Amino acid sequence: MDKNTNVLLQAQDISLRFGGVHALSNVSYDIKKGEIFSIIGPNGAGKTSMLNCISGRYTPTSGEILLNGKSLKGYSVNDRAGLGIGRTFQNLALFGHMSVLDNIMVGRHHQLKNNFMNGMFYWVGGAQKEEIIERRKVEDIIDFLEIQHVRNKPAGELSYGLRKRVELARAVAQSPQIILLDEPMAGMNLEEKEDMARYIIDLNQELGMTIVMIEHDMGVVIDISDRVMVLDFGRQIALGLPEEVMQNEHVKKAYLGEEDDYIRELEEDDAEVMS
Amino acid sequence: MAGISSPRPCGDYRTSYKSDMTIFPSRNSLYAAIGGLFLLLAFPMIGNDYHLSLLIQIGYYSIAAIGLNILVGFTGQISLGHGAFFGFGAIFSAYLNNATGIPVFFTIPLAGFATAAVGLIFGIPAARIKGLYLAIATLASQFILEDFYARANWFSGGSSGSLAEIVNFLGIELDTDQKYFYLVLFWLVVSLIAAANLIRTRDGRALVAVRDHYLSAEIMGINLTKYRILSFGISSAFAGIGGALYGHYLGFVSVEGFTLGLSISFLAMIIIGGLGSVMGSVLGAIFITLLPEFTEIMADIVLPESIADGKAYVKEMSVGAAIVLFLIFEPEGLAHRWKLIKAYWKLYPFSY
Repeated sequence: MDKNTNVLLQAQDISLRFGGVHALSNVSYDIKKGEIFSIIGPNGAGKTSMLNCISGRYTPTSGEILLNGKSLKGYSVNDRAGLGIGRTFQNLALFGHMSVLDNIMVGRHHQLKNNFMNGMFYWVGGAQKEEIIERRKVEDIIDFLEIQHVRNKPAGELSYGLRKRVELARAVAQSPQIILLDEPMAGMNLEEKEDMARYIIDLNQELGMTIVMIEHDMGVVIDISDRVMVLDFGRQIALGLPEEVMQNEHVKKAYLGEEDDYIRELEEDDAEVMS
Repeated sequence: MAGISSPRPCGDYRTSYKSDMTIFPSRNSLYAAIGGLFLLLAFPMIGNDYHLSLLIQIGYYSIAAIGLNILVGFTGQISLGHGAFFGFGAIFSAYLNNATGIPVFFTIPLAGFATAAVGLIFGIPAARIKGLYLAIATLASQFILEDFYARANWFSGGSSGSLAEIVNFLGIELDTDQKYFYLVLFWLVVSLIAAANLIRTRDGRALVAVRDHYLSAEIMGINLTKYRILSFGISSAFAGIGGALYGHYLGFVSVEGFTLGLSISFLAMIIIGGLGSVMGSVLGAIFITLLPEFTEIMADIVLPESIADGKAYVKEMSVGAAIVLFLIFEPEGLAHRWKLIKAYWKLYPFSY
């Protein structure tokens, strides 16, 4: 039991089906507090579906996800922000017409208390006071991710790399226990990737956030992850230390796109169970 | 809204977050607004009655347009029933005053609350549907409410309408335009401040987030259903206050005033003024109210006496043409144009 107290997020036998498509099949894993956990796999392997199950966009067909030992079942997407799950998206999902500052302030939504009534009377009722306190916190995040120079620009006008960084800032502003990053480095050049890797490590070490990351750049994954899970066709084919996983036969085959008897056997087993 | 960031003038330094979170982008614009307010306060003493009545009209239309802009411009939803909500405010305020004797001065804000409640109910479809489908659903609310006003004799006086009392403020009868103007101005300023404050605080940001990217808004902890419906409520509250001011100004409310046409002209106001801009709502209301006046004057000057009979047609057509031309050449609205002009003066002779 001593070990269990260290577990932040627990996925138990997660399966997700869309009609006949098995997006995820019986995936189980634990994520420990304070680790960087990477999910890798070829396109269409179910990585993003996995994150969507955690963040609540999809409801697993079967299986359960526990955060701090408490089931997430029944919590809507917006409730999960309050439970301490933050995330970024694969395709940029910033609020394009809002300034960078406001984008990050939206990240703090669930931690603010003022509402439309005392918001309208800004000066009386405490809205101003709260906004200023929160602004200070947001400025700390802006400093942390070094986006001071764009804080008043509309998010939609920024370059790709900066937008990714603002999205990370917005997720950090949620002050999550666990932060889900969906391809934080996709489409970046080497320098930007290095910066992003540095930010992720800093988040993990300085702010103590547990990080779940989907990433295609193997170099980065091996360098910064504590543990790696490999998915292929919705199945977990490996889970362990990065070096171990890279030596795994099945992983190599999955990435080279070779026929893998192991996968076929699993699929046949499944077919038997179904029939 | 996006795209232009005009620099602050020299010497306008910000040394605290508080001073960087003001409604007005610079101190000069605050002074200009205060100056403009004083000019308006002095207007009843200098302006003529006709101009004053136009200003009052602009006032209550602006208040309703600000509300619609919160719904359409900020939350990205659509409503074709705003005219009916405007009507609800007018009729409810008159009804409440006639039935209970609560002074009109207080029934105006109460009408705002009541209309907000009605808006929340008719906003429920927004929880599930978006875009054109929502437009049709709100069209239904327009027809349902209009029909209700026509039939509910106890409430609206039915087809014959009902009287709306003159506002009495601390024993002063606001029976002339000169006096009534100040009441409208008061509510306009309150509405402007409330809307500007709303969009710089938590719930206002949430509304804009729902418009810009509802999927990630939800991840940020924003309850989409709540904010979509809430937006209808807030928008209707403004419509209700605007409508109540309209009713007590005319002294008479009747169902004929609150047709689909009115809903459409509110939409025209915010589209021309600028979606997602509080000031744009007012500019749009000014534009839509003054455009017929302007074409009237132009028709008198331009058209020869011989076709005086056709003047009315020319006038109507040029109103339509002006709107079309406007949308082609300034699709982002008057508020956007205003920002461009300001940036131009600050940066002159450079373009960036």
